[in-house]
Amino acid sequence: MREPLKGHAAGRSVALIDGIEKVTGRAVYTADMETPDCLVGRILRSPVSHGRIVRIDTARAAALEGVLAVVTGADCPHSYGVIPIAMNEYPLARGKVRYRGEPVAAVAARDARTAEQALELIELEIEELAASYTPEQSRAAGAELLHDDKPGNIEREVHDEFGDPAAGFAAAALVREATFKCAEVNHAQMEPHAALAEYDVSRDRLTLHSVSQVPFYLHLTLARCLDLDTSRIRVLTPFVGGGFGARTETLNFEIIAALLARKAGARVMLRLSREESFLTHRGRPDTEVSLKIGLAKDGRITAVQCQVVMSGGAYAGYGLVTILYAGALLHGLYHTPAVKYDGYRVYTNHPPCGAMRGHGTVDVRHAFECLLDRMARALGLDPFAVRRVNFLGAPTTTANGLLVNSYGLPECLDKVEAASDWRQRAGRMEAGRGLGMACSHYVSGAAKPVHWTGEPHAVVAMKLDFDGAVTVLTGASDIGQGSTTMVALAAAEILGIDLGRIRVVTNDSAITPKDNGSYSSRVTFMVGNAAIEAARALRAKLVAAAAKKLDANPDDIECAGETFFVPGGSQSALPFHDVALAALAEEGTITVKGTFTCPPEAQGGKHRGGAVGSTMGFSYAAQVVEVAVDVETGRITVEKVWAALDCGFAINPLAVEGQIEGSVWMGMGQALCEETRYTEGLAIHANLLDYRVPTIVESPEIEVQIVESIDPLGPFGAKEAGEGALSGFPPALVNAVADAIGLEADFLPLTPDRVLDALIKARRAARRKAAS
Amino acid sequence: MKRIVSLVVNGQQFEDAVDDNMLLIDYLREIRRLTGVKRGCDGGECGACTVLVDGRARPSCITFASLCDGSAIETIEGQARNGRLSPLQRAFHENLGAQCGFCTPGMIMAAEALLRRTPDPDDDAIRAALGGNLCRCTGYVKIIGSVRAAAAASP
Repeated sequence: MREPLKGHAAGRSVALIDGIEKVTGRAVYTADMETPDCLVGRILRSPVSHGRIVRIDTARAAALEGVLAVVTGADCPHSYGVIPIAMNEYPLARGKVRYRGEPVAAVAARDARTAEQALELIELEIEELAASYTPEQSRAAGAELLHDDKPGNIEREVHDEFGDPAAGFAAAALVREATFKCAEVNHAQMEPHAALAEYDVSRDRLTLHSVSQVPFYLHLTLARCLDLDTSRIRVLTPFVGGGFGARTETLNFEIIAALLARKAGARVMLRLSREESFLTHRGRPDTEVSLKIGLAKDGRITAVQCQVVMSGGAYAGYGLVTILYAGALLHGLYHTPAVKYDGYRVYTNHPPCGAMRGHGTVDVRHAFECLLDRMARALGLDPFAVRRVNFLGAPTTTANGLLVNSYGLPECLDKVEAASDWRQRAGRMEAGRGLGMACSHYVSGAAKPVHWTGEPHAVVAMKLDFDGAVTVLTGASDIGQGSTTMVALAAAEILGIDLGRIRVVTNDSAITPKDNGSYSSRVTFMVGNAAIEAARALRAKLVAAAAKKLDANPDDIECAGETFFVPGGSQSALPFHDVALAALAEEGTITVKGTFTCPPEAQGGKHRGGAVGSTMGFSYAAQVVEVAVDVETGRITVEKVWAALDCGFAINPLAVEGQIEGSVWMGMGQALCEETRYTEGLAIHANLLDYRVPTIVESPEIEVQIVESIDPLGPFGAKEAGEGALSGFPPALVNAVADAIGLEADFLPLTPDRVLDALIKARRAARRKAAS
Repeated sequence: MKRIVSLVVNGQQFEDAVDDNMLLIDYLREIRRLTGVKRGCDGGECGACTVLVDGRARPSCITFASLCDGSAIETIEGQARNGRLSPLQRAFHENLGAQCGFCTPGMIMAAEALLRRTPDPDDDAIRAALGGNLCRCTGYVKIIGSVRAAAAASP
């Protein structure tokens, strides 16, 4: 049973409790931990896209004065990868190299100059093989295989059918098809990758500080790759400078740093350059979405058919999850009774793709929202109307077995429609101006963890001691999203105490409980629930002590304002610290924990891959984008965005706003200007000028509204807030461009050159039509 | 070649022998241990390393330390006085101008340079002044709000 929210802390906008460090420069990130005794690590990378390693000779490098360790693929015979059934990567290439920039060898030396000299002394001989850079090339007959066990270079095919799509299309009043091409993008988190590894030879112990979003998976992978018992390893994450999915799997440099530290018997700092951080990649793959939708006359969706081809790069990574997500989250936003999905994740000789904010769903949602808008126009329906007629009713289960417990999408639509003055302005803009809208959703945590252990999905521990301070221990990585503050707010709310009484200790495997990590927007939902349960356990002990002192029934005791009291009672309230000391007198230092386990009904359908996309609750979002398009230059300016997101309940509204703004904006980057580019496998985008992250100059005002649908399973009713709004931006932009200049773009990003090309093509087609 | 440079860093005078080609960011991070100066790119792309050189915002990763001889350098570490946050630091903290915090030191220093010469900037002036500082978390919405709030709070 949900207890009524008292609003001591949860629901109030507060600054991040670790924010002072960030504005004063005191926040220590991994690269800031370099001390003069650290050896400097450097990586030698493959100069070719695909080839057989004939010879690596490191003798001259190892002999160089000041070089303490040189490692190659021979130093780690164990493959790794985030998905237990798809571990096909080595921290340093063995046998073959599969992309330009793949690590081949690494050195640790007294200083950077020596390390760089040593790299030049490594003799590397590679017999080049034919490389494939697109899914077409990879799937062509006779194409060189990247992995011998993957015929046709297909990493994973998915074929799912729910309901009766054929009957649905037959019953439709309008059926349309379109193909959308979405370029590959990268997280470009502001902090370049870094790892600090220290190996204690006397005790055979490894300590690793890293930038990870998933220190637990990293811990397991280090044990596997270094043949070490997990008890000999300690993994810590200090402040993390953003993630967005780049760090949701163990990355090669983390293992390489550990290998170097062990071989050198020393502390090794391995800082990657921005270029290397791009090469480590794990971004959103280049994706082609071929979509067919059937609509009834009133706009109801009768059937959906979707084929997705992803250019996944050279290794598995999260790939099979990405291609499953793309199909699974066709469901869950609208009532989609019949859906056929065919997904192909294809290996190519590029840096490996992975999970990126909105994992797997963004390009498919883009296609869906664009095509739906075009079909609505063909049926004479308003974009809002065609979405409203397809609303789900919660609670419900989708055709593919996803649980929808709360559904604030209708209110999101109402809010952005009113805020943007859509009724008055849409279709009446001046030339070159347009309004577009789209909806989106995302999971609040994958209901099944990547590593199935049978344990609860989240654990939070709390300690109360003589000082009256509450220490919260969590393994959840705060990567800037504010999860540490969220945990503190949850504890303060339940215990009725000030935030100042609470300290949160995070991410030290020697101290904090294991956490699966900051991915799939799971932290608020799972860790928040675990924190609430831990705080309740602590409160029960305090209430019992207070009841004894007040000679009252524990059920009658309330805690608020750092006191315990009987409402309406004659006795004065007991201060928190007095009650704490009374409770401590019973048992000494109090330690409690809380856990959260995803209920089985939230864990998805029984079909193969059915767990992917399953979650306890979906966030829902709607947004309206206003654009100005210059038809002479093809340049698009985003004038303003109105966004509304149903996060269930905003535990910290300030942080929720920040997440919505950030995700809308990241969607804008993908829509307007961001893309990776390669020439013969060579990354030519691998810096922050050529990879075009929007600057403050072209970033618009974003007006945010929060919708609270109060999810029955969420902590205080909360769901995720950091990903759901991203995938709505690109289609809302394309729909706005269509409104502004009539161009139906089928590509991302809408760079000026592409827009001009499309406009010229459209003009030619119109002329041909007029002539014939 | 090494040469002796004389610098005032966050109000304190230092004389150090530095290589001619030592970058200001390396001097500040490695010799002065001022790790609030962040390296986010491979040279002049992101603004995370922005410091003030004689009051002007400069990317320290493309500035030679030796060419700053005789200059006053200010970094994020020098902004709080006796532990009390500067108006910009307070505004960034209270208005969530910092999420992951990695771009924040550079962003605050660039904004500090702006507010010293334009105490009450409009949004266009804020955008122009921070155009070389990338942030990947906030969409810049609350950064603009933070600079506005600091300007309003400054005496």
